[in-house]
Amino acid sequence: MSDKNTRAMAAPGIRKSKAEAVNAADTRELYKKREPIYPKLAHGKFRTVKWVVMAVTLGIYYLVPFLRWDRGADAPDQAVLVDFAGRRFYFFFIEIWPQEVYYITGLLILAALALFLATALFGRVWCGYACPQTVWTDLFIWVERAFEGDRNARIKLDRSPMSFDKAWRKIGKHTVWLVIALATGGAWILYFHDAYDVIGNFFTGQAEPSSYLFAGILTFTTYTLAGTMREQVCTYMCPWPRIQAAMTDRDALNVTYRVDRGEPRGPHKKNESWDGRGDCIDCKQCVAVCPMGIDIRDGAQLECIQCALCIDACDDIMKKVDRPTGLITYETDDNVDRFQRGEKAVYKFIRPRTVVYGVAFAIVAAIMLAALLNRSELELNSQRDRNPNFVILSDGSVRNGYNLKVVNKANEPRTLTLSIEGDPQIETRLLGAADDAPMQLRVDADRTQDFVIYLTLPASAIDGARETFNFRVTDTRTGETATTPSMIVTGAE
Amino acid sequence: MSEHDQERERDAHSGTATTGHEWDGIKELDTPLPRWWLWVFYASIAWSVVYMIFMPAWPALPGLAGETDHTRGLRDHSERANVAQAIEELHASRASGFAALEGASIDQIENDPQLLGFVRAAGEAAFGDNCATCHGSGAQGAIGYPNLNDDVWLWGGTYEDIRTTLRYGIRSEHPDTRFSQMPSFGRDELLTGSEIADVADYVLSMSGRAGDVSAEALARGQETYDIQCASCHMPDGTGDRMQGAPNLVDQDWLYGSSREQVINIIHRGPYGVMPAWEGRLNEATIDALAAYVYLLGGGEEAEGAANGPTGR
Repeated sequence: MSDKNTRAMAAPGIRKSKAEAVNAADTRELYKKREPIYPKLAHGKFRTVKWVVMAVTLGIYYLVPFLRWDRGADAPDQAVLVDFAGRRFYFFFIEIWPQEVYYITGLLILAALALFLATALFGRVWCGYACPQTVWTDLFIWVERAFEGDRNARIKLDRSPMSFDKAWRKIGKHTVWLVIALATGGAWILYFHDAYDVIGNFFTGQAEPSSYLFAGILTFTTYTLAGTMREQVCTYMCPWPRIQAAMTDRDALNVTYRVDRGEPRGPHKKNESWDGRGDCIDCKQCVAVCPMGIDIRDGAQLECIQCALCIDACDDIMKKVDRPTGLITYETDDNVDRFQRGEKAVYKFIRPRTVVYGVAFAIVAAIMLAALLNRSELELNSQRDRNPNFVILSDGSVRNGYNLKVVNKANEPRTLTLSIEGDPQIETRLLGAADDAPMQLRVDADRTQDFVIYLTLPASAIDGARETFNFRVTDTRTGETATTPSMIVTGAE
Repeated sequence: MSEHDQERERDAHSGTATTGHEWDGIKELDTPLPRWWLWVFYASIAWSVVYMIFMPAWPALPGLAGETDHTRGLRDHSERANVAQAIEELHASRASGFAALEGASIDQIENDPQLLGFVRAAGEAAFGDNCATCHGSGAQGAIGYPNLNDDVWLWGGTYEDIRTTLRYGIRSEHPDTRFSQMPSFGRDELLTGSEIADVADYVLSMSGRAGDVSAEALARGQETYDIQCASCHMPDGTGDRMQGAPNLVDQDWLYGSSREQVINIIHRGPYGVMPAWEGRLNEATIDALAAYVYLLGGGEEAEGAANGPTGR
């Protein structure tokens, strides 16, 4: 035990942490029960960035359903709402009907391309900063730290026998976890119903069964994935780490341990020279703060979500031993090779991969924007009766029946004039039209309405088996117009 | 088998004990059931007990469980009762629509968009169940089965006329049925074959569809027509709705307008039958059907004038 003190100190004033990487090669087994990880709190700029991203993303998630947007008396006033009952999707001033779901498709494609681009440039920034699994696990670990203390205190608590102290800490932590999980599940359903109504109904048992079901499911998943499973989700469940490896190349920025600077590693005694040795004093702080429990000095690995907490931890230590920061830093694989050869860093942010992603993103964004700006609020469709195909009347004239569907996407009712663009001899009968306005349609706001119209072609005007024409509706107030082609089938040869 | 526990061999690779038996040198590992599976199994047993207490579960001898032949459970759940209630709720939800229909005129129906939609939907449903077998799914009819889309009506095409036809039928067994009978001129040998042919030619000429016919044939035909046919079909051929005698001057005939078809119908004499629906369908359904048929496009206004508002 005589050299216990020297082994436990990596440098003067810096204890060596007892953290070991959970995926270390020498302890790897085919099946291993989860080794608990106790990430230590890191301090630094990347930790601050993560707190900010967490606050912003969680703030958006929990608070957006409460934003209001006035759309008139009959429409819902929630800014962001997926209204299944009314079959609409509302996003501030945008209103999407079910047949326009391709806007969402376009958004998802844009999100994917943006993610590919960000990854190609900066590595696994999604995993490390923005992924919901990371954010909620980070939050839950923060709660755990609040109840049970930092790393060493938590390890000690887990090893100690049950006592009142341990019980209240554990119960308190799990209770707060459940509350957060319930809030998360609850916030989910707020996107699908009016937020204020649902919150009132939820706790009095009056919400819909589906609300309780989904809130329950998400509470369970949040509690389990963020509380119990944590890093195992990333390592074993998520496909993204595997895809990320295909997305990055040797010019992408990754959280990297500078082997050129750090090796050979070893404890540093006071006033010892730094020549002939690496800057790494093997304090294992990088392993201690890692939420995945790995050792970044083993190189880029599947488990590393590139949250950059090890950068903060190591920079802290480097400052304490008066060495330059950046022993672990965002750097590219090629540059590390260059450093090892004594060359300078070269950053290739613009390369074929990133250009392709960027251009694809721009094209899709332009298409979606054009589609959104050109969205019409008045549409007309017609369906000609096929049973019967045509009717011969007592005077030999031929009549066809049609179902007109007028789509009014505006939030106000419309009065439309219907006209036939074709043979002037066609006579019309619009069911339900007023006597003094035989070709006028009235359509309610924000809905599709059906009308039945009969067109009759006098016997003398019959010329061939079919005659084509267009239906046209024109808004009497705004002048907007919509048209659809159709035909009269005469039954003649 | 506790005395065997210490003796039971352990597999070197997995650490699992064998069952302790050996069959011809073959041993079996006593791998325990997965814990999660076992707990799910226990939970399902517990759930089944809970279920049996609250829901219908066990068949019972008649008389032992009250009026039913199974236990009802604490929730007194009955799918039959649920279905009956659902049907009642359905009728209740439609009651207001049918109430609005009662006593409404066809103009009122046509000008109220909601009532119009309701009536067309109710009429279409009832039509498919009751009328389509004869009149066709699109009401287009066939030879001998009237086309309800057109504006040719043997017995009148106003809303009231259509309702009367529906209620009492045509040549049905109802005491108030509409009735008429055209003699079977050929089958009953009232006219000879050539006389029938001449009449057919003359009748076709009345609507401008006679083929190559000599003037003498037409004159003979007219003579026979004036004696035999004019009493019902009127001397000018425009027909008589009171007697259900069709208009022979228009372009749309129930039994076909080819020369063969006309000769055939004069020969055998038509006797189409339409059932009476009074009593078989309730009044509300008959109203809805009549409105539906009227709104197929051929309904006549009560004054017998044009087919409703037309426009360009």
